[in-house]
Amino acid sequence: MGRMRRRTLLKAGLVGGALLAAAGGAAIVANRDPHRDRDAVLGAVVPALLDGALPSGGALREAAVRRCTDGVVAAIAGLAPSSQAELAQLFALLGSAPGRRLLAGVHDDWHVADTAQVGAFLQSWRQHRFDLFRGGYAALHDLVIGTWYADPDAWPAIGYAGPLPL
Amino acid sequence: MSSFPDPIADGLARGWRVLDASRDALPETLRADVAIIGTGAGGGITAEVLARAGLKVVLIEEGPLKSSRDFSMRENEAYPQLYQESAARKTRDQAITILQGRCVGGSTTVNWTSSFRTPDDTLHWWGERWALPDHDPDTLSPWFAQAERRLGIGPWLVPPNENNDLLRRGAMKLGIPVPAIPRNVRGCLNLGYCGMGCPANAKQSMLVTTIPVALDHGATLLTRARAHRLRIAGRRVEAIEVQALDADGLRPAGRSVEVRADHVVLAGGAINSPAVLLRSKAPDPRGIAGTRTFLHPVVLSVADHDREVRGFEGAPQTLYTDHFLGIDPIDGPIGFKLEAPPIHPVLFAVNLAGFGPEHAAAMQRFAHAHALLALMRDGFHERSLGGRVSLRDDGSPVLDYPLDEVVFDGARRAFRAMAEIQFSAGARSVRIGHERATPQTTLAGLLAELERLELAPFDTKVVSAHVMGGCAMSADDARGLVRPDGRHHHLDNLSVHDGSVFPTSIGANPQLSIYGIVARMSAGLARQLTGREPAPLA
Repeated sequence: MGRMRRRTLLKAGLVGGALLAAAGGAAIVANRDPHRDRDAVLGAVVPALLDGALPSGGALREAAVRRCTDGVVAAIAGLAPSSQAELAQLFALLGSAPGRRLLAGVHDDWHVADTAQVGAFLQSWRQHRFDLFRGGYAALHDLVIGTWYADPDAWPAIGYAGPLPL
Repeated sequence: MSSFPDPIADGLARGWRVLDASRDALPETLRADVAIIGTGAGGGITAEVLARAGLKVVLIEEGPLKSSRDFSMRENEAYPQLYQESAARKTRDQAITILQGRCVGGSTTVNWTSSFRTPDDTLHWWGERWALPDHDPDTLSPWFAQAERRLGIGPWLVPPNENNDLLRRGAMKLGIPVPAIPRNVRGCLNLGYCGMGCPANAKQSMLVTTIPVALDHGATLLTRARAHRLRIAGRRVEAIEVQALDADGLRPAGRSVEVRADHVVLAGGAINSPAVLLRSKAPDPRGIAGTRTFLHPVVLSVADHDREVRGFEGAPQTLYTDHFLGIDPIDGPIGFKLEAPPIHPVLFAVNLAGFGPEHAAAMQRFAHAHALLALMRDGFHERSLGGRVSLRDDGSPVLDYPLDEVVFDGARRAFRAMAEIQFSAGARSVRIGHERATPQTTLAGLLAELERLELAPFDTKVVSAHVMGGCAMSADDARGLVRPDGRHHHLDNLSVHDGSVFPTSIGANPQLSIYGIVARMSAGLARQLTGREPAPLA
C-alpha cells in the first residue's frame, strides 16, 4: 500500500502536486490512517460550516454533528473512485500536523480547534489566490452543506415541509 | 415510495430480458444485430426504432434500472442513484459542477422536461460552417414532429408556478417576451420533482416510452454494465468488452461479458461516448474525439421576496426568454437563454455562497427565493472552443473546460439581465451567484457591485446540465468524427447517436434536438441494416 499510495499522491489532483509542494512533500502524508484523518477534519469542519444551522449547544448539537458527519462519509462512498481518492488526499494533508498548521493555518489539533479558528481557515481557502485551495473549500462546502440540507430534520428551519406523500 | 402503477415492474413481470450485471449470472458472450451503449435520449430512440424494425438489440447501461416506485422525491436518494457521480461530477479543476443522469433512461429520467426544437440559427450555422446542409430546419422538421408526437411534447397549459411567473412579470415590465416552454409530459401532476425521477410516470422519458417498447420487442437490457472498450480490427468493431459493476455501480466487479454485434451504436452522452473511443484507441487521424465539448455554462441569480415563492412546488422551467440570444450575432459576444429552475434544498444550499451563520440565515429565506438561470450558448464565437475530454489513469473520463473571457463576458451581461428582471418583478434583494457577492437591495447597487467584482473560476458559481459535442458530425472528415448520418468516418459498423455529435452547443435545452436528429439517424440505419423502410416512432 505504501508504494501505491505515494504514487497516487504524487499525481496532480484536487490537492495534489501544488499543495504537496507547498507543504514540503509527500513524506508528510505517507503512512497515515485515512479514516482517522477524515473523521478528525470533519469533526472540526462540520460545526464551522453549519454554525447557525445546528442546534445550539449540548447533546443535541453533538448528535446533529455526528449524524451529518456520518452522512458525509456515506456521500463520499457514493462518489467516483477518482473523487474519493482526491478527497482522501485532502483529508490526509489536513489531518497531518504540518498540513494543518501550514496549509490551513490552524494551530490547535482539530479536536480542540474552536469554530472561529476553523472558520478563519475555511474563509482563507474560500478566497485563496490559488484555485487548488478554492477547490478544496468548495468540496468541503458542498459535501457538508449538501448533506445537512438533504436531511428532513433540517427542513423545518427553512420553511420546507418536504414532498407530498403520493 | 410512489403508489402509482409502475410500467417497469409490469414489464419485468411480463418477462423482459433485463440482466443486472452486478447481481445476475452473465453469459460469456452476448450476440445481437445491434448493440447500443447507453439508454438516454439517443440510445432510447435508437432502441425503439431498431427493435421495431425486427433487429435483435442489446442495450448496455452502466447505471441501475430504477422506476416510479423508487422515485421518492428526495434529493439524498435521487442524486446517488440516478446521477453521474452522485450529481457531483466536476470538471478537472472542480470549477464547474455537471449534472448528468446515470440510470436507465439517462438524463431523460431526471431532466426538467424542457423540449425545444434545435433553433433555426444553430442549424443554419451548422449548414454553413460544419458541412451539414441536410440538417436544415425544413429537413429536420418532420423528425422533430415525430418525436413530439411520440413523447407528448406540446404547450403546457397549466398556470406557471410563482418562480416562473416572476420571470414573466419582471420581463414583461421591461418589454421582454416570455413564451411558454413545451414539455414532454402526459398527465403531469405539477409536482415539481422532475429532477428526482417522475413518481407519476407523467414525464415521457426514455425510461417509460422507448425502452419499454424495445424490451417488448425482445431487446435485452444489461444494467450496471460498463462498455469498457471496443475491440477494433481494421475498419470494424469486432466486440465490446463490457465490465460488470459492483452493487454500488462504482467499480468493476471483476466479471465481464463480451457483446458481439453486427453494428454498434455509441450513445453514452458527450463525456462517456468520447471516453469509450479514447479507451478503445479508435481510429481518429485528426484527434477529434473528446474535443469541442460544450456545456451551456450556467450562472445563477437568487432574489428574495416578501411573499413566499415556493420554488420547490409546481413544474420547473415552464417559461423562458431568448431575448438575450438575439441581441448579438450568433458568433458575437456569447448570448444566453433565461429560465427559472426548480428550487430544492440541496441544490439551493450548495449553490448558495458562504457558510456558517451567514449561510444559515440565507437558507431561512428558502421558501421566499426566486431563482433564475442563464444558459450560455458556447461554441459559436471564434474563441469559444469548449472543453476536452481525456482519460484518467484508471480509464475514467475527465473534462477540462477553461472558463475564459468569452464565458465571463457573457456571465457579466447575464447577471445584469437577471437582476434587472428580478428587481422589476418586485424583489426585495438580489444576490448573484458569486462567492463575494452580497444581497443588494437596489439595481444600481447591484450593478456597482458587479462592476467591482472579478469574475473568475470558483468565485463565479458555474454549473452545467447540458454536455454536448466531443464526437462532432460533419461531412468533412477533417472536422468531423462522424458523418451527417451518424456513421463513424473511419469505422464501418459504428454509429454515434447522442448529443456528442453536435458540432456546437444547441442554444436550448438539448433533449428534443437529440430525439429528432437521432430519430432520423436511426431510421437511416434501420433502412441500411434491414433493406426496408422502418415505421415511424410509435
